[in-house]
Amino acid sequence: MHAVRRLVDLRPGGTATVVSLAAERGLRARLEALGLRPGQTVQVLRRGWWSGPLHIRVGMTELMVRRRDAACVALAA
Amino acid sequence: MNTLALLGMPNTGKSTLFNRLTGSHAQIGNWPGLTVELMQAEVTLAGRPWQLVDLPGIYDLRGHSGDEAVVRRFLETTPVDLMLVVLNASQLDRQLRLALQVQKLGLPALVVLNMADEARRFGVQVDPRALEAALGLPVVLTSAKYGGGLGTVREALAVALKHGAETEGPGPIPSPRPVQQLESRLQAIDPQLDGALAALLQAGVTLPQQWRDRWTRRLDAVLLHPVLGLPLFFGAMALMFQLIYAIGVPLQEGLGTLLDLLGQHALKPLLAPLPPFVSGFLLEGLYQGIGTVSAFLPVIFLFFLAMGVVEDSGYLSRAAYLMDAFMERLGLDGRSFVLALMGFGCNVPAILGTRVMRDQGLRLLSMLIIPFSLCSARLNVFLFMAAAFFAPRQGALVIFGLYLMSFVAAVLTALVFRGRFASQEPLVLELPPYRLPTLTQMFTRAWAEVRHFWFWARRFIIFGVVAVWLLNNLPLGVEPASAQSLSGQLGTALAPLLDPIGINPKLTVALVFGFIAKEIVLGGLAVIYGQADPIALSRAIAAEVSWPQALSFMLFTLLYTPCLSTVAVIRSESKRLGFTALSVGWSLGLAWISCFVLYQGLAWLGWR
Ligand SMILES: Nc1nc2c(ncn2[C@@H]2O[C@H](COP(=O)(O)OP(=O)(O)OP(=O)(O)O)[C@@H](O)[C@H]2O)c(=O)[nH]1
Repeated sequence: MHAVRRLVDLRPGGTATVVSLAAERGLRARLEALGLRPGQTVQVLRRGWWSGPLHIRVGMTELMVRRRDAACVALAA
Repeated sequence: MNTLALLGMPNTGKSTLFNRLTGSHAQIGNWPGLTVELMQAEVTLAGRPWQLVDLPGIYDLRGHSGDEAVVRRFLETTPVDLMLVVLNASQLDRQLRLALQVQKLGLPALVVLNMADEARRFGVQVDPRALEAALGLPVVLTSAKYGGGLGTVREALAVALKHGAETEGPGPIPSPRPVQQLESRLQAIDPQLDGALAALLQAGVTLPQQWRDRWTRRLDAVLLHPVLGLPLFFGAMALMFQLIYAIGVPLQEGLGTLLDLLGQHALKPLLAPLPPFVSGFLLEGLYQGIGTVSAFLPVIFLFFLAMGVVEDSGYLSRAAYLMDAFMERLGLDGRSFVLALMGFGCNVPAILGTRVMRDQGLRLLSMLIIPFSLCSARLNVFLFMAAAFFAPRQGALVIFGLYLMSFVAAVLTALVFRGRFASQEPLVLELPPYRLPTLTQMFTRAWAEVRHFWFWARRFIIFGVVAVWLLNNLPLGVEPASAQSLSGQLGTALAPLLDPIGINPKLTVALVFGFIAKEIVLGGLAVIYGQADPIALSRAIAAEVSWPQALSFMLFTLLYTPCLSTVAVIRSESKRLGFTALSVGWSLGLAWISCFVLYQGLAWLGWR
């Protein structure tokens, strides 16, 4: 389990490819609609203070994602 | 009349395009079968009038949010002659999916690639002809904000609509049928979308190798800085509020004086032949009521203008990012913060704004804290009281303290109720690139917001002022606002409750009126103390009320129910009477206890 790299573990500046989304229906649909789909490259731009949200970029879109939600996104090792 | 509808993801510029096409003579329509209000207006195209409807922004026709359900129900119930599918041209890599859904459903559509200026700026190359060929739908490029490509949209619309008419033969265009079996058809389409999207992108879109928006990158490095970000944001907000009131308050006073002169010199002689009770009612009741609301509009307008600029620039989404960690611990999220901030102008649109939240618990908790935002109507009262009771330096401190209390009350409320209105709603928000707002756009938008405010507030405020007048002047023949009048009796009756917090019967009456709307508190005080002139009024009040009592009055005004409009909108948005009662009861209780602690505390220290 701990071998899986997740979006929430990515350091600022880091880039990786999305492998799968282990999220409930609604969140999954939202993430996909915003471009966060398997196969896409995602980059973490910064992490918010006090365990705040991640600022990420995927495709041509920039998003804020809470760490809890970012934990659902599995990345290629 | 036949219908055209704008469909697209949130923030793609649908409303901007809508306003451009219709000249923003929009009405808010209530559609049969839909509980939400949709913007609609008439446009003339291909020589005929059409009804254009602005649908709420959605990500996916199959999505699970309330807005997505609304759009589905709209499509199932309303025959649409043509859909305008609005996409953000710089984000076609994901947005074309929505156009594909529409195409595969076989709906008549025109694809509008908006924000062409941004696509160019970010190095996204789009070939509309190639997309047109691949999609089999007409495609046009626009910059709705700057008016670019609007002619092309109108032409393409005219062509598409004429074409539709010709294939149907002569005579009036028959209404198309609404979409049947939408859900199952969408489901059938779904597996084809990924492949189709890749093919489309291959055919007509070239993405840049590298992100080109240096501007946004650099600004974010400062504005989203882990340490500097929040102080910068609050500094900017403080400056903004200062500016609004520096300009707005004199405007309001000027307008008030003007309306007063008009009433005294034009209306009064006109109404003189009427019996005194009737003319008094018309002039001091009704006319003053309308005057009070009107005089209030400049400040509201400025506030919406400033908020519009902040929102449009993209900074407000950043505020949600910065505050989310803190709000999460209160059981809320970054959006609740942004809405509470909007509440500092007027609580009503802020509460309406909670519609973006899907989770009922989160929505209710947000609705519970928004009324503590110190809205401009309350500030009006505070500015007056602070000037009447304190030297300018202390007065500024008092106002600052009230702002602080506004935050404290909201935080406390969230902490108390977060267990009861728990939520698990995930938060994923787009952070758009920074944008420079245009002047005309800001003005039309602020104007629309003010109209909305007027629509909501006027009934209650005018009703309130009229009620104040009646209470002060009934029973017939009584000395206005004396102890024998209805309002005087009311003040005396409530004395046992409000005496311990230092609020005398006259101030009590003002608070009772303030329940209807805070805009009428000052007007009410003027009538009760029989002093129309603000300076004379502040002297009359100061002669009777001590400064700790004034402080208690202000604190109470801050915390208890903002106004009937807010109560009404909480009721209609939550659809729960019990929740509405909780909101009113909690704020009243909190107000009383806080004032009790403050007033008795000061008394204990020797100040009365
Ligand atoms: N650069 C650029 N910005 C635009 C353009 N059209 C709209 N905008 C901006 O995009 C933002 C969103 O525009 P709206 O018209 O509110 O978008 P919407 O699709 O109605 O959004 P929702 O109401 O949230 O669904 C605003 O800040 C507009 O000023 C454009 O052509 N170019």
